[in-house]
Amino acid sequence: MKQHDINRLRTDKWAKYVLLACAAFLTIIILALIVFMGQQGLQTFLDVSPLEFFFSADWNPDNGKFGAFSFIAGSILVTVFSILVGGPIGILGAIFIAKLAPKWMRNILQPAVNLYMAIPSVVYGYIGLTVVVPAVRDFFDVPIGFGVFTASLILSIMILPTVISISNDALLSVPKMLEEGSVALGATYWQTIWNIVLPAARPGIVTAVILGMARAIGETMAVQMVIGNSPRLVDSLFAPTSTLPSEIVVEMGNTPFGSTWGNSLFMMALVLLLISLLMIFVVRKISSNAEVRA
Amino acid sequence: MYNLFKKSTVLALAIALGAGVMAGCGGEKKAEKPAADVKVEGKVAASGSTALLPLLKVGQEEFYKQHDKVTINLSGGGSFTGQKQVASGAVDIGNSDVALSDDLKDQGLVETKLVGIPFVFITNKDVTVDNLSAQQYVDILTGKITNWKEVGGADQKITLIHRAKSSGSRATIADVVLKGAQFTDNAVIQDSNGAVRSAIGTTPGAIGYVDAAYVDESVKALSYDGVKFSIDAVTGGKYPVYTFGRMFTKGEPKGAVKAFIDYVTSSAFQEANAEKQGFVPVTKMAK
Amino acid sequence: MNAKLYDKMAKALLWGIGFLLIIILAAFLGYTLYKGLPVLSFKFIFGMPSDMEAGGGVGPQLFNTLYILFLSMAFSVVIAIGAAIYLSEYAKDTVTTRFIRLSTESLATVPSIVLGLFGMIIFVDMLGLGFSIIGGALALSLLNLPLLVRVTEEAIRAVPQTYREASLALGATKWQTICKVVLPEAFGGIVTGIMLASGRAIGESAILIFTAGTTVSRYFPDFDLSAGGETLAVHLWYVMAIGLVPDRLEIANGIGALLILVVLVINLIFILLQRKFKSA
Repeated sequence: MKQHDINRLRTDKWAKYVLLACAAFLTIIILALIVFMGQQGLQTFLDVSPLEFFFSADWNPDNGKFGAFSFIAGSILVTVFSILVGGPIGILGAIFIAKLAPKWMRNILQPAVNLYMAIPSVVYGYIGLTVVVPAVRDFFDVPIGFGVFTASLILSIMILPTVISISNDALLSVPKMLEEGSVALGATYWQTIWNIVLPAARPGIVTAVILGMARAIGETMAVQMVIGNSPRLVDSLFAPTSTLPSEIVVEMGNTPFGSTWGNSLFMMALVLLLISLLMIFVVRKISSNAEVRA
Repeated sequence: MYNLFKKSTVLALAIALGAGVMAGCGGEKKAEKPAADVKVEGKVAASGSTALLPLLKVGQEEFYKQHDKVTINLSGGGSFTGQKQVASGAVDIGNSDVALSDDLKDQGLVETKLVGIPFVFITNKDVTVDNLSAQQYVDILTGKITNWKEVGGADQKITLIHRAKSSGSRATIADVVLKGAQFTDNAVIQDSNGAVRSAIGTTPGAIGYVDAAYVDESVKALSYDGVKFSIDAVTGGKYPVYTFGRMFTKGEPKGAVKAFIDYVTSSAFQEANAEKQGFVPVTKMAK
Repeated sequence: MNAKLYDKMAKALLWGIGFLLIIILAAFLGYTLYKGLPVLSFKFIFGMPSDMEAGGGVGPQLFNTLYILFLSMAFSVVIAIGAAIYLSEYAKDTVTTRFIRLSTESLATVPSIVLGLFGMIIFVDMLGLGFSIIGGALALSLLNLPLLVRVTEEAIRAVPQTYREASLALGATKWQTICKVVLPEAFGGIVTGIMLASGRAIGESAILIFTAGTTVSRYFPDFDLSAGGETLAVHLWYVMAIGLVPDRLEIANGIGALLILVVLVINLIFILLQRKFKSA
């Protein structure tokens, strides 16, 4: 073998390990995150029973009460509401972009969707605070515009790019043949979409919805500006409540690190992380089921 | 001989240092030139209380005019972040508007009082009430009074908008105004003075409190127990709602760190800037 | 008959949604630009900030925004491309690779506040970097990574298998095939990924408040990695939440508009880059 060949074969072998190292780096980061948040967060349970932390809504650190239930409930509530509004709009938008829109419209919409992602969350929050909060208060004639409703409204817009772009990928990957067959059999456009395209793209669309929810549950700054951050169980859509990220960002800076209080905030971050991971497991389950069926 | 010389130099330095510290803290001397004759250089990192940032940023701008070889890094993060980071050595100065937390007491941190921070109760501009008694404040903050008509105003729901449970401002109010009573949880919480002000400014019937610096024309300032906030009311002992802004260092401050602390606590800087920013010059405070 | 009516209604609905998407975006962009464009002047965009008097600029914040973006991309693009190549070209379906893939997806859903706390403890405190440009850039690269990996992997997978076979048949090694054939072909997709990640990174604030800090260097521009790293988005939050400067509303409006313009310009540059590469 010539020296040149030996060199390039050696490079080839090394390349694989370097690339593997890059990929493994991602695993290291996520493990570090879990270990770190876990180590800090689990110390909460030295002083607080898990039962209290997860199921009590009494958050009063000065008196040793660390019930985080209202934050967990608030997070779930805004996430569900925002996906109920943003999900359908996003999926229909993706169908429009992928299947119906003429080329000129697509050329406007595709960059538009990316631009949604480029609007900083502080700008979403700022507009929410100065425009949406007063508008919601006047429109529904309630004393306070802060709350789950306003936060969900802002979030449903913020999750649009995630929902649209992933649904769009899923819709585009449906083989053209299936559609053509359906149309050839005399089905209308909408029947084809509803009966053929959507079922075929379903795993991808479910993924889009779940990742949209993951985006919503983790959003911090924009929610923090419009939800009111009040540590109490939600009893109305127009009353201030709090979510896990908003509570963390509002309290973290002024909480002694290593105290039960500080640890409980890290525990909330861990809960948030675990919810996100759970969503990923659901997504993977869906896509592997889809592969089995296909 | 050499040793003796060295020792006396150290001694002289120590005396000079001590004098400098005293001059910085005491502030009795008039119109001192804030340490501009000593050429210091290097980097100063500070983090902590967000309420003190605006004043310190002004201090930084002015300080730069005299010291062209010093870079100052000012960050927020919150009072306890500042305390924790100065204890761990991540920053040189920890800014705080609350006293040192108990678990950091054995870390050798040195406190320098920077400024008096008065708090003012503010409402939305549609509120017709101008003054509340100490007891009325307690009743509103604890949720006993929920309508403005109960304190002589219009028939309008009271919305409490204030700071999170970890906030130093809230701790001061709990201490000075509530005297141990519990805040109601039925309130809107914002993460900062600015956010509290803008939320109150846009919510009818809203009440809350901010550092005096943040009172502006978008909201209405209330009197406390018949006393309108002013610097003189605080220094004269009539207006009790205030706390101290403090700077913590690990051990006695040295070099550029000391120069900066001396500068912002000098009476020249304090008198020129503190009041303008809504703080009470530490040189005028009783303690 | 009914089916035809449904069809018409559905199409109308889809068109409606399409326009709704444009209208919402236009409302957000329009409102921000309408409020902010009048503030933008050479002095505002390139001037030094002031906490004392009205008329300060955001020059250092603009510089930091771009500098931190560049650094975080420099860290993350290399690793992301490496990881994406591994996942798409080398990975067999083993436990290890499944685990790596799972981590990538998980990282994508980690809330930015969690990354911010993590970055503060690891980079700022433990590594002793302080609130700095480098601390912010490292934490931000954690945000970029998963998105870059995902888009890059898709772009690499989209390269037709026949290209690889042809290259291998000519005697090229796998690595040579990747460098000379696959990556150039996937270039457009990778650039799209960088563009998307940039847009998100420019507007990020939750991570940077805890890692890059809320201060800027006294010099402008200052390439010192340990200098304060306040960016435009963080400064927007700062002036609204903490700032006392009298013209803070104008500054906030100006930053909103400037942020959007910066994203637009960067998108434009990337799109031109893609076009040029495609035509070449």
